[in-house]
Formats: sequence, structure tokens, C-alpha cells
Amino acid sequence: MTVAWVVLGIFLFVLLLGVYGFNRLVALRNRVDNGWSQIDVQLRRRYDLIPNLVETVKGYAAHEREVFEHVTTARATAIDASGVGDQAQAENQVTAGLRRLLAVAESYPELKANENFLALQEELTATESKIAYARQFYNDQVMRLNTQIQRFPSNIVARLFGFEPREFFDIEDPVRGPVRVDLA
Amino acid sequence: MYEQIASNKRRTFLLMGLAVLLLAAVGYAIGLWLGTGPFGLGIALAVAILLQLGAYRYGDRVVLASARAREVTPEEEPRLHNVVEGLAIAAGIPKPRVWVVPEKAPNAFATGRDPEHSHIAVTRGLLDTMNRVELEGVIGHEMSHILDRDILYGTIVATVIGAVVLLSEFFLRALWWGGFRGRRGEDQGGGAAEAIVFAIGLVLLVLAPLFGQLIQLAVSRQREYLADAQGAMLTRYPPGLISALEKIRDAPHAMRSANNATGHLWLEQPSRFPGEKTGLMERLFSTHPPIEDRIRRLREM
Repeated sequence: MTVAWVVLGIFLFVLLLGVYGFNRLVALRNRVDNGWSQIDVQLRRRYDLIPNLVETVKGYAAHEREVFEHVTTARATAIDASGVGDQAQAENQVTAGLRRLLAVAESYPELKANENFLALQEELTATESKIAYARQFYNDQVMRLNTQIQRFPSNIVARLFGFEPREFFDIEDPVRGPVRVDLA
Repeated sequence: MYEQIASNKRRTFLLMGLAVLLLAAVGYAIGLWLGTGPFGLGIALAVAILLQLGAYRYGDRVVLASARAREVTPEEEPRLHNVVEGLAIAAGIPKPRVWVVPEKAPNAFATGRDPEHSHIAVTRGLLDTMNRVELEGVIGHEMSHILDRDILYGTIVATVIGAVVLLSEFFLRALWWGGFRGRRGEDQGGGAAEAIVFAIGLVLLVLAPLFGQLIQLAVSRQREYLADAQGAMLTRYPPGLISALEKIRDAPHAMRSANNATGHLWLEQPSRFPGEKTGLMERLFSTHPPIEDRIRRLREM
């Protein structure tokens, strides 16, 4: 009789542990998804800025065609990219293209004084820092999810219900990377 | 961090209980003075509970109004809005509402109930003196207060302390100007026992604001270090906050709307006099750790 109670007790304990572990994994996975959609929103905002920026610079430096093409193709590739790794690579291209575009702008004083250009530049800086923050949040959540998936005993629950570890979003930090361009 | 949030919630409830007791005691003392006995206690309890509910629901409005803050749109202050939005993303919470306080001294505070109902207010002076990185440091600090639910605690403290100070000051003044007669004049036969109770009540009235202040202090200092550290973790760039704190330290302006009830909410304790605090009393009753200490700890990170 007592043995039956003990077995029942252990069974209930394990079940409770399983339920807790499952719920925690679901919560973490949702946070990762939420983090990814935050990144997506900001990336999209940057795609929207690029044509405007290109047009504005074109008005002053029409002959720098190669730079415009570079950033425009990079943008198109990035929009079509899918999967965390591919996206990250495409975004690095976009960042590099934008950097070149802004470097070109540096040598045109009239452009640098253009109000529209300045507003776009502030918008771009802000969006890039938001991308960086969104990436930071996303990567934190990925790390927590992945840890939970590997950790005992939740690794058993994760395997039972097919929770997969996620990929980190590794891009060059456009705002606080080693090349720090002070726009102020 | 989640333990931090849980312990903050516990502390908030504890504080609300303490404040109810304090207000009840004040009410009792007033009741004694007016000769109405336990009636005063009953009213005070009712008032205290109403006040708590009010503080929970409308405390943020009260605090913002007392600082004369005005809500600004993204078009008016694009840089500020961008920075707030960025750090809200980093913290994984909805974007707080953004306010500007018309003050020359650079400073900032956060208030509200929870991350879904939160506000960040900065002074005009802060916007004028800080560059983007420094602004990020400051907003990161405030965002941490929101994330840790410090804001609810701080806002309720501000509202309750304001009420306690107001009440006891009101009655002390009435007592002072109205003499010691009150309505007790009719039945002077109470004798020594009543005189003692009355004296205790009087002492309580005098001490209430002080108790209130001690509660306020218990909130603050440790939480500031924590928010500094956590804010730096959000921005991943401690030098931003360091240089912001240095600018605040060296700013020549005093705060016009500085008052005792809301002092603990600000990024740095608002002072009527510019310059570093040196007096013993000022140090004893300051809601914030010395700014040099905060800078030193950030440097060590």
C-alpha cells in the first residue's frame, strides 16, 4: 500500500516537473519568435529608407553609379533572404553598402547640409541602433532557449516535444562596432 | 533579475501596508486632538486605503504633473523617441510614453505601474547637453527601473509620502496657530492618562514625515547602483552613462521643481543648489549614492 503511494507520488512529481519544463520552453520559444519579429520590423524600416537615401544622394552625386547599384542590389538580396544565417550575411552587405554611400556623401558639402538628407541620416542611425538592440534581445533569448533545451531535465521534455535550438543572429554591429563613425 | 522583480513586488506590498499603518497612526493622533477618539482612526484608515488605490492607478499622473512634464511626439523630439524605442526593444518591453520637463538642470525619471503603463520623462536641460551615447546611457538606466518594477514602488512612495507630509504639516500648523485647546476644552477631566496619549499623538505627528522619509530612503540607494549596472548592460556601453553622470555632476543649474516627495525618482537627486553635496545631513538623507561612487562602480565594469 505504502509502495503504491510512493510510486504515485514520484509519478506526480515527475509529471509536474514535465509540465513546468514544457511551459517554460514554450514561453522561451515565444520570446525568441517575438525577438525575431522585432528584428524584422527594424530591418524592414531600413529597407524603406534606402531608396529615399539613394535618391537624395543621387541628386548631388549622380555619377557615383556603382555605389548606388551596390546598395540597391544588397537591399534586394536582403529582402529575399530567408533563414537566420542567410539574413545576417545579406544584412552585412546592406550595411557595407550604406557605409560606402555615406562615405560618398561626406565629400559633398551641399548634400551634407541638405535638410532632407540630415533627417534621413538621423532616421538611419536610429534604425541601425534599433537593429542592434533588437539583435541583442533576440540573441539573449536564443541563448536562454538553447540553454534550457540542453539542460537536464528539460532536455528530455525538449526532445519529446521537438524543441530545436535556434541560431544566433550574427551581424556586424553597425553602431557600436570597431569602426565608429561619429555623425554628431 | 526575476527574483529582483518578485522581491520588489513583495516590498511594494509591505510598503503599502506600512504606509496604511503610518497614515492610520496620524489619523488616530488627529482624532485624539479633535476629541473624536477612534472615529479619526476609522477615517484615516479609509483615506489611507483610498490613497493607496489612487496611488496605484493615478500615481504616475500625479508625479508627472508635479514635475510639470509635457508629453512630446516623435516629430517634436525624434532623437529622444528613437533612443527610448531602441532601449525598449533591447529590454523587450513596450515603448514607454515620453515626456519632457521644462528644467535647465539635466535629469530624468521613470514612473508608472508596470512596463505596459510606463513613462519616461527627461528635462529640457538633459536633451540640450547630452549627445546620443549619453542619452542612451540615461534612458538605459530609466528603462532598468521600469524593467525591475522600481517605478511602481517609487511612484507609490512618492504619492504616499506627499500625503503624509501634507497631512501632518497641515495639522501641526493648525495645532500651532490654534493653540492646544481644540475641541477638548469641554471635558478637561480626562487627567494624566489622556495627556500622555495626547503627547504621544503629538510626537507621532512630528515624526510621521521622518518615518516616511526613512521608507523612501530604503527604496533608493541600492536600486540606483543596480539600475546603473543593468542600464549599462542594456546599452552594452558603460562610458555613455559615465559621461552623462559627469555632465550632471558638473551642471551649474538647480532644479526649480525639486521637492522631497519625488526626489528618489530622478536619475540624480534634484537639488536646489548646484554642486556636490557635502553636509552630513544631506548625505544622511540623500536618496541617491554619491555620484562619484556611481561613476567609480561603472568604471569597474
